[in-house]
This record gives sequence, C-alpha cells and structure tokens, in this order.
Amino acid sequence: MTAIDPDTIEQEARKARRFTRINKADAWFQVMGLAWLTPILKAAAGDNPRAQMSEIWRLLGVPVLAIGIFIAAWATLAPTVQTSLGAIPGPVQVWEQAINLNADAVREREKEAAFYVRQDERNAALIAEGNAEDVRDRIYTGKPTYYQQIWTSIKTVFFGFLIGSAIAIPLGIMAGLSATANAAINPIIQIFKPVSPLAWLPIVTMVVSAVYATNDGMFSKSFLVSAITVTLCSLWPTLINTALGVSSIDKDLVSVSKVLKMNTYSKITKLVLPSALPLIFTGLRLSLGVGWMVLIAAEMLAQNPGLGKFVWDEFQNGSSQSLAKIMVAVFTIGIIGFLLDRVMFALQSMFTFTENR
Amino acid sequence: MNTLKWLLASTAFCASPVMAEMLDLEKDELTLGFIKLTDMAPLAVAYELGYFEDEGLFVTLEAQANWKVLLDGVIDGQLDGAHMLAGQPLAATIGYGTEAHIITPFSMDLNGNGITVSNDIWEQMRPHVPLMEDGRPQHPISAASLAPVVEDYQDQGIPFNMGMVFPVSTHNYELRYWLAAGGLEPGYYSPDDVSGQIGADVFLSVTPPPQMPSTMEAGTIFGYCVGEPWNQQAVFKGIGVPVITDYEIWRNNPEKVFGISAEFAEENPNTTIALTKALIRAAIWLDENDNANREEAVEILARSEYVGADAEVIANSMTGTFEYESGDVRDVPDFNVFFRYNATYPFASDAIWYLTQMRRWGQIAEPQTDEWYIETAQSVYRSDIYLDAARMLVDDGIANEADFPWDSDGFKEPTPAADVIDGIGYDGRTPNAYLESLPIGLKGEQMVVGSEIQN
Repeated sequence: MTAIDPDTIEQEARKARRFTRINKADAWFQVMGLAWLTPILKAAAGDNPRAQMSEIWRLLGVPVLAIGIFIAAWATLAPTVQTSLGAIPGPVQVWEQAINLNADAVREREKEAAFYVRQDERNAALIAEGNAEDVRDRIYTGKPTYYQQIWTSIKTVFFGFLIGSAIAIPLGIMAGLSATANAAINPIIQIFKPVSPLAWLPIVTMVVSAVYATNDGMFSKSFLVSAITVTLCSLWPTLINTALGVSSIDKDLVSVSKVLKMNTYSKITKLVLPSALPLIFTGLRLSLGVGWMVLIAAEMLAQNPGLGKFVWDEFQNGSSQSLAKIMVAVFTIGIIGFLLDRVMFALQSMFTFTENR
Repeated sequence: MNTLKWLLASTAFCASPVMAEMLDLEKDELTLGFIKLTDMAPLAVAYELGYFEDEGLFVTLEAQANWKVLLDGVIDGQLDGAHMLAGQPLAATIGYGTEAHIITPFSMDLNGNGITVSNDIWEQMRPHVPLMEDGRPQHPISAASLAPVVEDYQDQGIPFNMGMVFPVSTHNYELRYWLAAGGLEPGYYSPDDVSGQIGADVFLSVTPPPQMPSTMEAGTIFGYCVGEPWNQQAVFKGIGVPVITDYEIWRNNPEKVFGISAEFAEENPNTTIALTKALIRAAIWLDENDNANREEAVEILARSEYVGADAEVIANSMTGTFEYESGDVRDVPDFNVFFRYNATYPFASDAIWYLTQMRRWGQIAEPQTDEWYIETAQSVYRSDIYLDAARMLVDDGIANEADFPWDSDGFKEPTPAADVIDGIGYDGRTPNAYLESLPIGLKGEQMVVGSEIQN
C-alpha cells in the first residue's frame, strides 16, 4: 500500500510520452534503414535492457558481424588470386585508393584555382595595357574529379528516369483502364523489355547525333545518349506495375465512381491514382534500380562521362592501382544504388496509405 | 608588342618568361582527342606546362576508346583535332574508309612501337633465333625465326592470329613489313574483302592498344604490334616477350601525326598555327638537353587522365631503354624521338611511304602514278603551316633557327639500305620503283581479284 506520489505519476506519464515518441520515430527509422536505433533508444529511455538486447543484436549486431566476416574473408582470399595486374586488392588497398582518389580531386581543384589565378592575372595585364577587348574568361578544362563523375552519373540517371516515368505512368494508366489499350501495348512491352542497353546504345547514338545536331545546346550529346538509353531500359517496370495497379482497383470503388457519375479526369485523380500508388511506386523503385545498373554499362561502352567511363579508363590504364580503383568504383556504385532505393522507399512511405498507418 | 610575363606554377623549372604576340584566334576553346599511348606526350606536355594557354588556347584533352571513334570525332567536329596514326589522314583523304579531307601540320614523333609475342610462341621461336656470345638473342630478330612456328600451327590447322591497332596504322604496315621480310605472307586487301587476310600465312586483326595484353593473355592472338607502354607492359606482367622494336625494322621511321580536318584549318588559320606552336614547344621540351626532361614527362604521362600505366613501365622506353626478355634490358636511346632529326616536320616523303604500303597490300587497289603519290602526300602533309609556326617561335626567341629544315622540299634524304631490316632502301621521289624493289606485295599493274593476284 503506497500512497501515490504525484512525482511518480508525472514520471510515468513522461515515460509513456517518450515511448509514444520513440514508436512514432520508429516508423521513420524503418524507412531510413536505421531500425536498430529504436531498441537502443528504448533501452536508454528505461525499458528493460534485456528484452531490447536481443532486438539490438538482431537489427545491428548480425549485419555488422556479417560485414565483418565478409571483409575478413575478402582480406584473406584476395591476395591468393594473382592476375597480370598483380594480386586482387584487399580492403586495405581499396581504402588506400579511395584516399588516393580524394587526394587527386583535391589536387585537381588546386590546379583549377591556379588556372583562374593565371587567367585573372592575364586579364588584369591586358586591361592595364588598355586591351580590354582581349579579355577572355574561360572555364577551366581539366579532368573531371571522381566526385564530378559521380555527380554526372546521378544527374544522368535521374534525367533518364524522369523521362521514362513521364512516359510509363500515363501509358500504364491507359493500359490498366482499358483492356483494348492493354492488348495493344502488351506485345510491345514483351518484346522490348528484355533488350539490353548495349543493344540500344548504337541506335540511340545515331538518332541523337542526327536529331540533336547543335553542339551548343542545353545538354551535351553524350549526356542525352546515356539518359535516353536509361529511359529505354528503365521504363518497363514502371509501365507494367502501373498497369497492374490500375487494373486491380477494388470493384466497389469503381461502382462508387459510376454512382457519383465521375468524369474520367476526377476518376483518375481521386480514385485510380491513390489506390494504384503503392504498385506504381514499386515499379518506380525497380525502374530506378534498373536505370542505375544500365547507366554504368552505357557509360562504359559509349565512353560518356560518368562512373562507367571511370571504370573503363582505369581498366585501360592497366596500372598496379587500377584494380583497386575499380573496386572503389564498384562500392561507390553499390552504395549509391542502395541510397537511391532508400530515397524511393522514403517517398513511397510518405505518399501511400497502407492499412496499418 | 605586348609582353606578358608570368611564371608557370605547374612545374618547377620551365619558368621561362614568355614573350609572345598573341595571334588573333578564331576559336579558343578546343577539344583534342588522344589514345592512351606514350606518344601522345606532346599533347599532355603542352597542356600541363601551359604552352596551350600561352597561345591563348583553352584545351580539353579527351582519351578516346579506339582509333575509329577518334577519327569519326574529328570528321564530325566533336573533336577539333587529335593524336592520329599517320595513315589516318591519308586514308581518309583518299577515301579508304570514311572519306574526309584531314590534314596534318605537325608530325608527333619517330619510332616508338614494338612487336610482342606471347611467352608460349617465344618458347617455340627461341631455338630458331641466332644467339650472341653471352647467350642472349642477337638483335634484330627476323620473322624468319617465327616462320617454322607458323608452319607448325598451319600443320595443326590452327590459324596463327596476331593483333594490330587499325587497318591503316603504322603498326599494321610495320608488322606486315617485318613478316614479309622474314618470308611470311601477311595477307592482302581487296575492294570486296577488307579483312586483309587474303592469302595470309599470319592472320592480322584489329584490337585497341590498351586491350592488347589482355587479348593476348586470353589466347585470342599470339602476338601483336603496338606502341608503348603496351609492349613493356607484357614483360612486366610476365605474359609476353617483345621481339623487335620498329627502330630496328626501319631506323627513325615516322610514327604519329596531329590531325585536323582541312575545313577546320581553313576556317581557323590562326588557331591552327597557335596549336602547332604549342605542340612544337612541347616537342622541344621533351627532347632538350639530351632527354633531361623525360623523367618529368613520365610522371605526367603516368597520371590516370593521360596514359595511366605505372610510371616504371612508361619510363622504360621513354628514358631510352627497352626490355625484351625479362631481364634483357638494352639501350635504345632513340626509341622515342619527339624533336631531334626534324621529327616534328611533316615530310611528304613520310606520307608517300605510307601510301606505298597501302598500295603494297591492296588497300589502294589500282596502280597509281608517282605524281599521284606526291600530290596526295603534299595535300595532307602541310609543312607550310608548320614553318609559319616555327618562324614565329624563332622570332620570339623560343626556338633555334638551326632546328628547322627551312629549305626542305618535303623530301627526306633517301633511307640507306643499312637502316632497314631487309636491306631495301627507300626514296620517296620514286614510289613505284620502291614498290618494285619489295619482294612480297603488289607492284606495277597487279591487282587482287577474288583471292588471286592478277598482273
């Protein structure tokens, strides 16, 4: 029998509030791939640490351990494979090259700064001599740094992906709403879906060169070629999933729209899109993944700027550091692919209404 | 006259003050293409040492995937100019392959190639190679030592494949010259069969230079002819043995040129001269003081945006040594010549030699007159532009009057027989007579019809 202490009530209430907050945040952690934060926070907030430990182990310990085992196995096995470019690089060499690439980028930036200093001096000298009309302001022309290559690739993939989505979603809605349209589009999807980017590339190159004849347009030719290749390969998953999502709307909802005598436009915006959204997003996620994979191949073959070209150039260089640098690129490509997928997943959870939210 | 004085920050000691009157440039932002080979050095040096900037040029250097892509880039204007095979401007101008009038105001270097065979082929060749007293092979090694090996393969029904970098490349003609000098048929081209394998003992095919070692390692080809660093790379990786350098096939033979389209040169005369000036300065720097700057050049070339191979591999040939069998390092001081011996002057006689080789192997199917050879060569090799640029450099005190052949009519002294592996001299003034003097190959009125040579 204890008298209830108001302080304790206050504490309990605070604790309860804290847990509701943690549970709210948990939804976001799930999206961001930080699910392991929840049990840690709960333990810190005074929950039973025992119960949380097993959660932490499952969400954080196991993945970290797996990565550790992978790195250890890699470090021991890599030196045993001898190629003509030396042994396969282990984690240490790859990390060294990552640092090296960063140093390269820094050096390139210094060279760039020096170039602008020289240019300014030249122009100042010209103005001092009264030849102001000879003043030239030119952009630095050096090699793109590793970071610039990454940025180029990301820009290209999003540009191609957006064009692809702008084509695929309307087409998919059409195919989902009308069986006739579906019958018309279906064979085309079936034929073009399996085509490799490497087969599209020569065709796209020729067409872009013929149609986009200016050399000083908004986009460079190489950018367009890569982006359109990405479009051609990445629009299919969106198209198929959109069509599927639209055609599998709840029949009751369709009846409701008929009762309310909705016109087509409001039927699509009020009814079709919201209920098809989860599947459309699934399609978009798949498309972006495919697009990223395709882009690297396209850049490699066409020698267009970006990570693919970086990999190819390093392979052509054939120096003792080349393999390690290519490995750095492999990890970069993988991590960026993973992050892109996460971004899409986060967008999906913001826009869609599932039963449990 | 404006005098601009500023120090170049890029290198430690090339800080000579620049005194020059800027030309009035029609175009100052240029993209130049190159292939990852050490003989692109003049381009990298002109960029890194600020020679392009001195001329008011803002240049982007772009590595190209292969020679075809590079040539197409220059023809359709994506590239303003490029490091080219000497045969490319000539072939394009006479319409072999893509037709386009390409000119060259600047020859990039002499020598610089080698022929490499795989370890396995070397093992089989070696018993047929004459040895010196210390047991090392006697150089130059003739293709006659390869002939028994090729015969073995023929008996077993295995085609003997070798790689070269492009149908109109120096490497193709050098490899053919070497094989023919050893009595092996390298095959002919004809208008309806451009494989170049008609009647061949040794089948030649195209592989991009950087992929040569890996293609040989995969067993697709048994040997190749390519520029540096890809011969030395084979030794370092332990996958092959260079058997001969082109310096031993034909002493101081012309190698790469700097090619631009005739249209570009016409529309941008001052830009063309400015480019040539910068490249001549780079060539002077590469050879001055008895190759004193080669170490620094190697460091530049080893950067991943240029050649990107390991510095020690590039250094081998650039600093005048060459490794044949692993451990058999010999001095070849003139393996890479960038400026000495008038290396940069575009001699018409060099162009004529390439044209004779095109005729010899059937790429030029019809017989041509001596005048045709000379006129074609002179329309592509523009020594007038070169001399304009050289004159300006001499006036600015950057180059020596004595280093340039001011009075040349574009013909080198005839190559003496002793300077060529098969002892056949070459005089550019009489191409048809030269063709007659070569043992294997088309001559006179001969043409390839089907798989036969008809007189």
